[in-house]
Amino acid sequence: MPETKEFTIDKEIDARGSFCPGPLMELIRGMKALPVGGVLAVLSSDPGSAKDIPTWVQKAKHDFLGAFPEQGYTRFVARKAH
Amino acid sequence: MQERMSIIVFSGTVDKLMAASILATGGAAMGMEVELFLTTWGLEAFRKDAYKTNMKVSKDFEEYAPVMMEQMMAKKVPSWMENIKGAMEVGDVKIYACSMTMELFDMKLSDLEPIVTDVTGVATFVERAKDGRVTLFI
Repeated sequence: MPETKEFTIDKEIDARGSFCPGPLMELIRGMKALPVGGVLAVLSSDPGSAKDIPTWVQKAKHDFLGAFPEQGYTRFVARKAH
Repeated sequence: MQERMSIIVFSGTVDKLMAASILATGGAAMGMEVELFLTTWGLEAFRKDAYKTNMKVSKDFEEYAPVMMEQMMAKKVPSWMENIKGAMEVGDVKIYACSMTMELFDMKLSDLEPIVTDVTGVATFVERAKDGRVTLFI
């Protein structure tokens, strides 16, 4: 969980205040721009992201590294696998 | 074969266009081939620059229109047009204009937003939609 972050975030996108599907779209765009192996974090305050983001990461066959709740938002972290 | 989502966009009110645009975005994000078939008021909404001034909301919830528009501005919700452009950016989205409506309203492809891919008839849409996994009428 949040204590054991075994990764380094290469890029962080702040999508707080953006609505469904905004944060997911930010993640998809961010992943496209990232080199393979890169780790992307997206900050989202949209409650839909909790399910949408892991679902997309799995479908797109990248690695979901976790959802880390903060005050009023969540940091979603994924590694680009291909 | 890539899974397909087919959406018939009949309505031209912002609330329904918003729903169609978000569903199209979801389909595109999840790797589906998304096809929008614009007909009647849905096609009218895709006239060049029409979205910039379209403030219409479904008649049955008309009294909510000012509040809804206000909230969308205040919370900086992307417009349905921005959603569709975003969907096209991340995935495979094609937009077809109904040929019958085009004739009815004396429209040419050049009268429409440039994101409209082509003009087709209903038979073509049905032929392509029958292989689809998700078909919606909005």
